[in-house]
Amino acid sequence: MSYIIKGETGDWEVVIGLEVHAQVTSQAKLFSGASATYGGEANDHVSFIDAGFPGMLPVINAYCVEQAVKTGLGLRAQINKRSVFARKNYFYADLPQGYQISQYELPVVGVGEVVLDMPDGSSAVVGIERLHLEQDAGKSMHDQHPSLSLIDLNRSGVALMEIVSMPDMRSPEQAGAYVRKLRSILRYLGTCDGNMDEGSMRCDVNVSVRRPGEGYRTRCEIKNVNSVRFVMQAIEVEAKRHVEVYEGGGKIMQETRLFDPNKGETRSMRSKEHAHDYRYFPDPDLLPLEFDDAFVARIKATLPELPDDKKARFMDVYGLSPYDASVLVVERERAEYFEAVAKGRDGKKAANWVITNLFGMLNKAGLDVTESPVAADQLGQLIDLIEDGTVSGRLAKEVFEIMWEERKDPAVIVEERGMKQVTDSGAIEAACDEVIAANPEKANDIRNGKEKLIAWFIGQVMKQTQGKANPGAVQEILKKKLLG
Amino acid sequence: MLDKSTVRNIAFLARIDVPDADLEPLAHQLSGILDWVEQLQEVNTDGVHPMSSVTEMTMTWRPDEVTDGGHRDKVTANAPAARDGFFAVPKVVE
Repeated sequence: MSYIIKGETGDWEVVIGLEVHAQVTSQAKLFSGASATYGGEANDHVSFIDAGFPGMLPVINAYCVEQAVKTGLGLRAQINKRSVFARKNYFYADLPQGYQISQYELPVVGVGEVVLDMPDGSSAVVGIERLHLEQDAGKSMHDQHPSLSLIDLNRSGVALMEIVSMPDMRSPEQAGAYVRKLRSILRYLGTCDGNMDEGSMRCDVNVSVRRPGEGYRTRCEIKNVNSVRFVMQAIEVEAKRHVEVYEGGGKIMQETRLFDPNKGETRSMRSKEHAHDYRYFPDPDLLPLEFDDAFVARIKATLPELPDDKKARFMDVYGLSPYDASVLVVERERAEYFEAVAKGRDGKKAANWVITNLFGMLNKAGLDVTESPVAADQLGQLIDLIEDGTVSGRLAKEVFEIMWEERKDPAVIVEERGMKQVTDSGAIEAACDEVIAANPEKANDIRNGKEKLIAWFIGQVMKQTQGKANPGAVQEILKKKLLG
Repeated sequence: MLDKSTVRNIAFLARIDVPDADLEPLAHQLSGILDWVEQLQEVNTDGVHPMSSVTEMTMTWRPDEVTDGGHRDKVTANAPAARDGFFAVPKVVE
């Protein structure tokens, strides 16, 4: 599945790398004891360390280190038992220290990988270059006062993991799948809530284009893209811009840009001209971050089954297709729901009901699987009722919708509303006779060879029986009656 | 020897307003400092690990507990300007 931009002078390929800033799930900040919780009154979650007061010294939060290592293990990455914090110097009003404590030459996590599940069932591997720990900056608000910017440092010093991918992606779809997969892994691990609306996950997107087979060309970095959809859109418009510049005989300058979703364009952030002169150096306030194998092993022992392993198991144990399995494992809660339904039942049928009916209704209602009005064991019971012939597949969908509305067990609904499948052949025969008697011409057509009309008769009999007749039995009886 | 434009850039990054007339003498002085530190290159450091502390210390770790915050008045007390609990700075235009 390749994504090619057809230019006037030929084909172009797009090259994408992503830097994802993921907020570490923790109580306190990376180097201070102030709360890392989102929101709160302005400057209420701020210690003197976060505000950059003179003489304050940072002390690292052990749990944030564990979270970073855990994420590294989840990305099947190299864990560096010795890493170093560095100061990244730049000047901005919401960065009170005048530098961000980050990691530069020696990050806590090295090379790893993320496997993408594409909608066509195929997989692609994206390399992870590194993951490092760093501080978040504060928040500036420019629209509250005509001549002042207001600064809230609640976020200042909150632990972030910057996860840098290799430039391995070749289409907006792959980049979208990467962000979704990364979010899924982080949520499984419990190391980041992945909430892009609240800014717990933010993306910087690096885009360049090239002729197929060529080396890399100059890239541009689109800063702070905050949804999967915008990541994909930003790549699309930025790649097109590159192609137009090249084909117009121009040059692409390496620069930082902003994506404007309303205008559907990216534009240069000139204020960041000097931004790449960060003058990194090891932070003299912090000793190297060191831990031993036992520390890593202890964290490894707490890892849950991750999406890739779960997907493989679902395919193996329940006989699911790669696509169905990947849809089910995106969220841990959804996977658990499916397993509760599938236990002791036909896995494929369970997957079908969960994906098509349940997820469909949940999406429409904007509900989480944990808020589902239909419990997993209730959906399981419904599948049992289909299997033992109590309800027809067709009526089962109606039963499901009533379950959703009334939150009752399927057996109760079937009983109350008389939705039981009619297997009594006498009753079905009577219904068939009635339909045949009411439509003598069509019945004759069938007798004279238009056998396809039998489907119409089946439909009529099903209507007559309010969907309760077993369609297989209806067909058999009609054939006997009309064709002998 | 540092040139004037490098000194100008250093001054900009440090947000120090340096008059043009001072650039030349500053270039001399800063180059002198660099040359002086440069002498350390003469020491053979083969096999010597970079030193991160004068004593054999390891980094102190802290448990993940909220022990600070909740004093926005103190945080903004010394700010040149504050408003509704926010720091207030001259407008930063993007």
